[in-house]
Amino acid sequence: MKMAVFLGCTVPVRNLSYELSAKRVAGELGLELVDIPEFSCCGYPVKSVHHETAYLLAARNLALAEEKGLDICTLCSACTSVLTEVARALDTDEALLDTVSKNLGMLGRRYSGKVKVKHFVRVLYEDIGLETIQSAVKRPLDMFSIASHYGCHYLKPSEIYDKFDHPEMPESLDKLVAATGARVVKYRTQKDCCGGAILGVNEETALSMARAKLDDISSSGADAINLICPFCSVMYGANQRKIGSSHGVKYNLPILYYPQILGLAMGISHEELGLMQNPIKPRALLAKIS
Amino acid sequence: MESVQSKDASVVTILDPKFKYEVAREPGGENIKYCFQCGTCTSGCKVAELDRKYNPRKIIRMVILGMRERVLASDFIWLCATCYTCHERCPQDVRIPEVMNALKNIAVREGYIHPAFRAQAELIAGNGRLYEVDELANERRTDWGLREIPQGSPEVAEIFGMTGLADLLSGGAGGTS
Repeated sequence: MKMAVFLGCTVPVRNLSYELSAKRVAGELGLELVDIPEFSCCGYPVKSVHHETAYLLAARNLALAEEKGLDICTLCSACTSVLTEVARALDTDEALLDTVSKNLGMLGRRYSGKVKVKHFVRVLYEDIGLETIQSAVKRPLDMFSIASHYGCHYLKPSEIYDKFDHPEMPESLDKLVAATGARVVKYRTQKDCCGGAILGVNEETALSMARAKLDDISSSGADAINLICPFCSVMYGANQRKIGSSHGVKYNLPILYYPQILGLAMGISHEELGLMQNPIKPRALLAKIS
Repeated sequence: MESVQSKDASVVTILDPKFKYEVAREPGGENIKYCFQCGTCTSGCKVAELDRKYNPRKIIRMVILGMRERVLASDFIWLCATCYTCHERCPQDVRIPEVMNALKNIAVREGYIHPAFRAQAELIAGNGRLYEVDELANERRTDWGLREIPQGSPEVAEIFGMTGLADLLSGGAGGTS
């Protein structure tokens, strides 16, 4: 299986260990991820400012994948949502495809409307499958307790995701964690948003949203929080110390990206998965498996 | 415009009864008139729980009443975290996050843009992405065995010109209140 990997803006600059581990694990599982350097921003950040610009940015990215004859595999959940929304709109709305095609033509690009978009974790869940993943596990992580954060755009709006998982009672990520042998930690605020989208609008509110979940997970007995979106990582990882110090709390909650958890279970070294490059160094966690 | 007699300055005196139709014509705003004010959106909203300035039920009511300027010049329309919780639960399929996007799109054309969103749009127009991938970032990528990413994107800049967003940004669209 071969797909174009869509890195987006945040991953290739701020979450290199997510990119590194996803590519490493994909390679082991027979999923070839192809880089397309001409990919730009997905369009999500300008959708609320200028709809047409967002759609055209997304369409250009879809066209680049189509030129290579590849579907798109995303690492960021916000990229997943806007690229999926636009891919579906262009596949079903001929008038829209016509308008967008005219504009793409001015850039020397063309798009016929057939590229599919899936989040990396959804590809693991649906296309690679839990059975294959389980059989790739060489070192079951039964010493780990993991709390997963689904985030928002991986699941919602559910109408664009073919209902592959339930938006109010999701289970795909917990099942993928269970497949590594780790204990799945359920917690009250699991479905809540990280607040990342309004960090620049009202920092206090955004960080309070992240804090509620950090408090909840910290008291749940989890060793780490499992993430699948780079902006959630900015909130729970990069901002963890700031959130703690402004409320007189010292969190020590490592954030891991799902491919890092899976990679460890597959027997890949933590250096190759970039674990010590994460915003919160997971020393205690790694001591458990050494 | 319709004028309503007011007793004091806090009462809204200028309403635009056509505003809801304007919003309904905007991509994402199509279903706004289906809202029957049940408040499901606001009761499940994590932003509303922490910040009283953001109340999606009330914003929709204001639009339907025609409080055009008050809504478009506000900063509360920029507080939706687009988590889509309300979108999944709304019994009337109002598509609230998309309504907020429709309102923000109109606001931008009217000269109101939140500075954080202006900054993001300008970065993307200039770099093709939200974060500049400078030489140092690319060196780091190479050290990690990851492929370099080209700086800037002329095609992205061209898209901003083509759609008119570049003009809107350079036309000095102001802040929000």
